[in-house]
Amino acid sequence: MSSALQRLPEGQLEPLAKAYRDAVRAKRVQVELGVGLVLGLLVLSAGITQFDPLLFAANAHRFPSYFVRIFHLESGATAWSDPSEWFWGVLPEYNFRWLWSMWDTLLIAYLGTMLGTLGGFLLCFMASANLARSRAYVFVARRSLEFFRSVPEIVFAMIFVAAFGLGSLAGVLALSIHTMGALGKLFSDAVENIDMKPVDGLIATGATWWETNRYAVLPQVLPNFTSYVLWRFENNVRGASVMGLVGAGGIGQDLMEYIRKFYYSDISALLVLIVSLVVIIDILTGRLRHFLLGLQPR
Amino acid sequence: MAVMGSTLARATVPLDRASVILRHPAVFQRHLPSLLLRLALCGGCGGLFLYAIYRLDLSLLRTLQGLGALIHFVGLMFPPTAGTWGKFLVYLHALGETVAIAFLGTLFAAVIALPCGFLASRNVMPIGVLRFLMRRASDVVRGIDQLIWALIWVGIVGLGPMAGVLALATSDFGTLVKIFSEAIETADRRPVEGVMSTGGDSLQVVRFGIVPQVLPVLAGQVLYLFESNTRSSTIIGIVGAGGIGLHLSEQIRTLEWQHVSLLIIMILVAVTAIDAVASRLRRSMAGHAGEPAVSR
Repeated sequence: MSSALQRLPEGQLEPLAKAYRDAVRAKRVQVELGVGLVLGLLVLSAGITQFDPLLFAANAHRFPSYFVRIFHLESGATAWSDPSEWFWGVLPEYNFRWLWSMWDTLLIAYLGTMLGTLGGFLLCFMASANLARSRAYVFVARRSLEFFRSVPEIVFAMIFVAAFGLGSLAGVLALSIHTMGALGKLFSDAVENIDMKPVDGLIATGATWWETNRYAVLPQVLPNFTSYVLWRFENNVRGASVMGLVGAGGIGQDLMEYIRKFYYSDISALLVLIVSLVVIIDILTGRLRHFLLGLQPR
Repeated sequence: MAVMGSTLARATVPLDRASVILRHPAVFQRHLPSLLLRLALCGGCGGLFLYAIYRLDLSLLRTLQGLGALIHFVGLMFPPTAGTWGKFLVYLHALGETVAIAFLGTLFAAVIALPCGFLASRNVMPIGVLRFLMRRASDVVRGIDQLIWALIWVGIVGLGPMAGVLALATSDFGTLVKIFSEAIETADRRPVEGVMSTGGDSLQVVRFGIVPQVLPVLAGQVLYLFESNTRSSTIIGIVGAGGIGLHLSEQIRTLEWQHVSLLIIMILVAVTAIDAVASRLRRSMAGHAGEPAVSR
């Protein structure tokens, strides 16, 4: 069954080979242009940010050594050799200081989520083109929701710290404003995709705007809303953990203090706590979401 | 529906509430357990809400006072201005720095995450332990917020945009390794088998069997991350890691509200512009990536 590879005669081969070379060249030019563009931008950005590769190379060893350092206690022993010294903040002698900070962080996230959900819920009916009574409502509601979610929550937090003073209040409000923007959009998108027949039915019976929303719209969108709220809560726990960096409460406040004061082993302990908090919340909300999805077909 | 229609047609049946309930008891019956569950849920949420207000010591008085101050501040924000042109140029430069930080951070993260993404994929990396370690490392890196990374890097390399670049690069590394490895694991097996059947070694399998398939997808993800990084690089300046956030936090602290509103507007405009450009680029790349999928 052996068959030699047949070579086409030159006349036939030449145009084929040329077409192949052209196709490859076109692609190569495209790739080279892309790479050139990226390199140009790289040089430009490095110039703007004064990113000095030599300086970086000279200091690069500090990154691993910083991490080695934060996992060592003041005595020089590794952190895990003495857990009670490492995680002193979770011990009863110190009034469970870190645990309370974490609990406060969770509560900030919870309050922010609840208030934001409330605001987003009220606004979403106005921001949905199929329900709002006037196009002006839709426009205003949509633009304000856009503004609320485009400004980073930490910026709101800084402004609120100036207005409301240091403390959790600023953090709660900042999270809720951002949550309102994010959820209001998701909610109104869900509302715009509903089946309009129940709405028409209720309007035909003479129901008011509120009654229509309660009995025709809400039952259709509630499952979606719940899962969006849970997703937002996850995000807010992350957000609440850094609110303390601008003085808006939560565990971030302790973390910033320790980083600024070079309390090395405390930094690593708090990082471990924060990461585990976030992971645990992710897992729990994931479970809850699946549980609620299971309840749905009733 | 048909029953309903005939009922209406006869029109002799009383239509007041009591008689309707009498004829359709099932519709009006309250299901007690689900009612109780709902009550408990609302009660629990409300209770936790009140407890949280108590625990965090949020007082109504302070809220109202703060609202007054906030309204006052918002009034002071108009018209947005930088005062002098020199100051405006400083802000523009800071904005440029912000975008440059986002670009460099994303690029560095992508370059480092590419090989690591392959190491974290089941179909490329046969050694389970290595794969597991890679994935957990990316999980941990992702679990720490960008602002915290910025704070850490400021501690290591000092104040300035370099810390910002490194902070974005670190946290994106975690995200990209996860996204990359997911894209690589869903790659089509047939090109891989094709390369293997011609006697290609494992490096050639990756280069010619997998990379051409996944590269457009990965590039799209990187662009998307660049978009989201322009947002986050506007704020990492708050902890001293360069960019426009530094000016923003300074102006808020000194209560220069006209500057604050100008800076916020500048940030929003820049983010919207980058969004528009990047999403157009992404769409055109998705067009290229779509071709093999259609021929499959």
